[in-house]
Amino acid sequence: MDKETLAIVLGVAIGFITRLLLLQSDYRQYPTYPHGQVIHLALGLIASALGAVAIPALLKPDYTAVTFLSLAAQQFRDVRNMERQALQKLDENELVPRGFSYIEGIAMVFEGRNYIVILASLFTSATVMFGNWIFGLIVGVVVIFLSSFLKSGKTMGQIGFVYEVPLRVKGPSLYADDIYLMNIGLEDNLKRIMENGVGIIIKPRNASSRITISNLGQRQAILHDVSSILGVFRDSGEPALTPLAKLDLKDGRLGLVLLPQERNIPRLIKIIENVPVLESAVRKPNQFDEKK
Amino acid sequence: MKEKILAIITTKRDLVGGGSPIFVTENEKELIERAFLLEKILDAMVHKLNESTYIIVKH
Repeated sequence: MDKETLAIVLGVAIGFITRLLLLQSDYRQYPTYPHGQVIHLALGLIASALGAVAIPALLKPDYTAVTFLSLAAQQFRDVRNMERQALQKLDENELVPRGFSYIEGIAMVFEGRNYIVILASLFTSATVMFGNWIFGLIVGVVVIFLSSFLKSGKTMGQIGFVYEVPLRVKGPSLYADDIYLMNIGLEDNLKRIMENGVGIIIKPRNASSRITISNLGQRQAILHDVSSILGVFRDSGEPALTPLAKLDLKDGRLGLVLLPQERNIPRLIKIIENVPVLESAVRKPNQFDEKK
Repeated sequence: MKEKILAIITTKRDLVGGGSPIFVTENEKELIERAFLLEKILDAMVHKLNESTYIIVKH
């Protein structure tokens, strides 16, 4: 086999394996079925082919091949659109929706993963071209290993303390400890919320996390994750049974009322601590520099 | 602005007014029954303003 073929084959293989490892179905339940996964694997294969071909084509020399890459970027931007639209449509039928911020985050990850695949196969094929296939294989394995580090961001547990508090009722008003949540008109609904509801408070660790926690998209993501893992005591036509999060404006604590079907408090707290911090909710006021 | 008052249920007709449908009931028991029914029919939240008045709000 000549060097170019070897570089391309190894590049495609490494890229595809990277995509395979980045594609995981967890509690977010998407994509779960084979057809959904095939879509992403096929796109991953195309991405790895693009990355693998670039360096051999440049060395050939066939410089116009690089324009392919810009075509690819366009193609993968469409992936993001496709994911966003699909998830937004599905969100309309959720009892506790994900919210726009969460969807945007997921869509962005799908696009980003394709670029990671391109880079993985690009590095691998470049190493094969400039070195030999053994080096290529080593670089490939290292890149696969590195790509799993890019996968995760921060979680709620890192920016806030999560603990259970009792729910309280004063007249028609519902409180989580001392944080006002909502006005519930019917006694019957109040009784059901007191029976099934769990009060939780998230206390921010610092000024930056206080802003992140107050983001509406971030709050919706917490409510959705808890509801999708522990189930939700809710139905259409039951508007009062809504998991809800409200802020204490004085000290930035977030009060939540959750209605899990499975009442397992330690697990519930673990779930909240593992909710990803959405990129759109991250603010870093600590990094403001007055001198600039 | 998404929130909208869909209906008002009251036992004191002269205390409420405006553009929403107003349901007047005889006593508090009837008031709660009416509020419960309308909550299910309209899929909107019941809020208690005071002892004599409930509103149905679409959130």
